[in-house]
Amino acid sequence: MASSLPVKEMKLMDVKLGELPSWILMRDFTPKAITGEIQRGYYRYYKYLYARALGKGGIAGISMVLAAYGLFNYYSYKELKHEQLCKYH
Amino acid sequence: MNENLFASFATPTMMGLPIVILIVMFPSILFPSPNRLINNRLISLQQWLVQLTSKQMLAIHNHKGQTWALMLMSLILFIGSTNLLGLLPHSFTPTTQLSMNLGMAIPLWAGTVITGFRHKTKASLAHFLPQGTPIPLIPMLVIIETISLFIQPMALAVRLTANITAGHLLMHLIGGATLALMNITTSVALITFIILILLTILEFAVALIQAYVFTLLVSLYLHDNT
Repeated sequence: MASSLPVKEMKLMDVKLGELPSWILMRDFTPKAITGEIQRGYYRYYKYLYARALGKGGIAGISMVLAAYGLFNYYSYKELKHEQLCKYH
Repeated sequence: MNENLFASFATPTMMGLPIVILIVMFPSILFPSPNRLINNRLISLQQWLVQLTSKQMLAIHNHKGQTWALMLMSLILFIGSTNLLGLLPHSFTPTTQLSMNLGMAIPLWAGTVITGFRHKTKASLAHFLPQGTPIPLIPMLVIIETISLFIQPMALAVRLTANITAGHLLMHLIGGATLALMNITTSVALITFIILILLTILEFAVALIQAYVFTLLVSLYLHDNT
């Protein structure tokens, strides 16, 4: 798979699928860079909460957060196999 | 089934990592800080609620007691939000752990007692003896009042733990009973109704924070002012 630039400087949309692991490993892992990533993601997401200009700052943003939290808890419990519906436990 | 009942109160680990710290810190995301003069709907609503609650709660304090405003408001927000988030399915409620509630109760109570002792020593020692007791009863009453003072932090912590834990356990039990009965009878309708009512009443776990902060606040008031 030929790529035009070295993998390091490409944006995510330009990276071909086979090169994805090497792209992820090439990102900066310094704490400063990681906090920068988290902040950028935070601001992009929080347009759902902060959309006063759009007039829609309603219940959608926070219910997305709560749904994600519920799913997170669902997948982090190992005793789920005990809670399957079966006749005898 | 028995092991499963209490398994939801174990501190959650994901692949061996304790994520309980993440879960304790999660409610802080839900309260964004106001940045602008006119904020969005969520922040305005929260600001209004906080102002309402703080005015209600700090009205009985004098100047010295009102320095505790930030502490009390963050306490009520934290306990309220963690209790409410624990009502989501499969979520972990940190306030079911006695260790955490003791960690909240003992320092706060000790702070109020020590503040009272430092600034108004005679008045806070005088709390141990109610007015107008007959003289032969005095030693016994002093002992009783001392015991009731030292039991205050324990009562605060255990009250919160027991209420939340009992509510969660009841919901588990009744939900399990509903599922078991579903194949047999249609008295399910009655039991699901009981679950719904119980859940609504449990959603007044928020009222429990009210109880927590209120008792803390009453204690603070008594110690600072008399």
